[in-house]
Amino acid sequence: MRLPCPICGERDRREFYYQGAAVALHRPAPDADADAWQDFVYLRENLPGDHEELWSHDAGCGAWLVVTRNTVTHAILGAKLASEVAR
Amino acid sequence: MGFDRLIKGFSGLRVLKEGLTGNTGWTAHWRDPDPKPEYDIIIIGGGGHGLATAHYLASQHGITNVAVLEKGYLGGGNVGRNTTIVRANYMLPGNSEFYSHSLKLWEGLENDLNYNVMHSQRGIINLFHSDGQRDAFARRGNQMIAQGDDAILLDRAGVQRLLPYLDFDQTRFPIYGGLYHKRGGTARHDAVAWGFARGADSRGVDLIQQCEVTGIDIENGAVRGVQTTRGAIRAKKVGMVVAGRSSQVAAMAGMRLPIESHVLQAFVTEGLKPCIDHVVTYGMGHFYISQSDKGGLVFGGDLDLYSSYASRGNLPTAEHVVEAAMTLMPVIGKAKMLRSWGGIMDMTPDGSPVIDRTHIDGLYVNCGWCYGGFKATPASGHTFAHLLATDTPHPVAAKLRLDRFRTGRGILDEEATGSQHNLH
Repeated sequence: MRLPCPICGERDRREFYYQGAAVALHRPAPDADADAWQDFVYLRENLPGDHEELWSHDAGCGAWLVVTRNTVTHAILGAKLASEVAR
Repeated sequence: MGFDRLIKGFSGLRVLKEGLTGNTGWTAHWRDPDPKPEYDIIIIGGGGHGLATAHYLASQHGITNVAVLEKGYLGGGNVGRNTTIVRANYMLPGNSEFYSHSLKLWEGLENDLNYNVMHSQRGIINLFHSDGQRDAFARRGNQMIAQGDDAILLDRAGVQRLLPYLDFDQTRFPIYGGLYHKRGGTARHDAVAWGFARGADSRGVDLIQQCEVTGIDIENGAVRGVQTTRGAIRAKKVGMVVAGRSSQVAAMAGMRLPIESHVLQAFVTEGLKPCIDHVVTYGMGHFYISQSDKGGLVFGGDLDLYSSYASRGNLPTAEHVVEAAMTLMPVIGKAKMLRSWGGIMDMTPDGSPVIDRTHIDGLYVNCGWCYGGFKATPASGHTFAHLLATDTPHPVAAKLRLDRFRTGRGILDEEATGSQHNLH
């Protein structure tokens, strides 16, 4: 599996760290209730198919990426810098 | 039951009789019924845990108006795709009593099922490679003894006597010793599913294959039945036992679960003469191994560590596993790898499973087995059947709660790596 880093170009999966579903970009307010925090920290859609997820280019530029990847075929459909998606 | 077994079940006498009469008397192990319009209990998922649940519902609680709905064929999922290890070496209250209970059920399973599941208590040896790791394993061993199971702390010479083929003086990670769990071992995974299926079927449970659940009917907060590819089926209670696909099935009930699906790879070599007598785990890399009764070396390692439903892994993890294997036992380099595969794991944030009710009346969930569901099969079925039959959790499974993530109480993080999705 190779991931297209917007900064470095296409690189081997070994260079990246997988964080999980890209929910980290939707952090609840600090005073949100337990349901909102459970949603954010623990509960996941987790359905087969296209999946938005956070990867860090650890052994490369160090950027956080939002990668769209198909969890059934492992096809990579695109990658953006998380800093731009979160903006 | 005893005399019946002798002449109709599996027994030495029966084998002799069939051998002398041309093996014409053997019959199918279970029926192939069409679904009835209504059942007391529907179990979604005809894998090891679902079939075990059905068996114990019938045999322990006398509830036989039960259907197991399987979208493929019985035992065609993870119960037929794992590395077959059976052990009770957990430490945290919640896990400890549950797996201890499971091992005791394993020890009586063949007699209970009248089925040869080839349960082999050949012993598991977890190797350690530093003073700190020795301390941690000594503590774990004491905990296993305290829970009523067995553990022996072996020094280096003790491991050398049992496992002379290991490379004890690897440059970086010399072997200091091992934690020996004698009652641990392996079982024949397919036979476990088949034995439970036969046990359930013989008591009247309908095992319905090629029947995919496509919807869960809920009215006024209570479950009424399911929609399937073979029509609608009503039920008073529905249990979801579909580890690997739990999020998909729960979504039919409008639920989101604390689960990410990940792929775990395993590998088998060509058949060899007996050479590895135990289950051995490496303490400084992700690698564990045993030898099947067919002779293949069965081994595996860590998750691929990204979300996946692909049932196949990528090369980096395969490389890591093989490197660890060559480091620990260079002798394995002579063996040819026959095949590898990947299974879909229900990964929970704390690495422990869930057996619980849901917020919907009559809907129950059994999920989150991560990469350790096989050894749990009897206890999972036993305690889930108890929950379905009595509406109260079985004492040994009472801590496997779904709401532990919401409340933060009773998180079961056995590895102490943190309760977060990518850490187990």
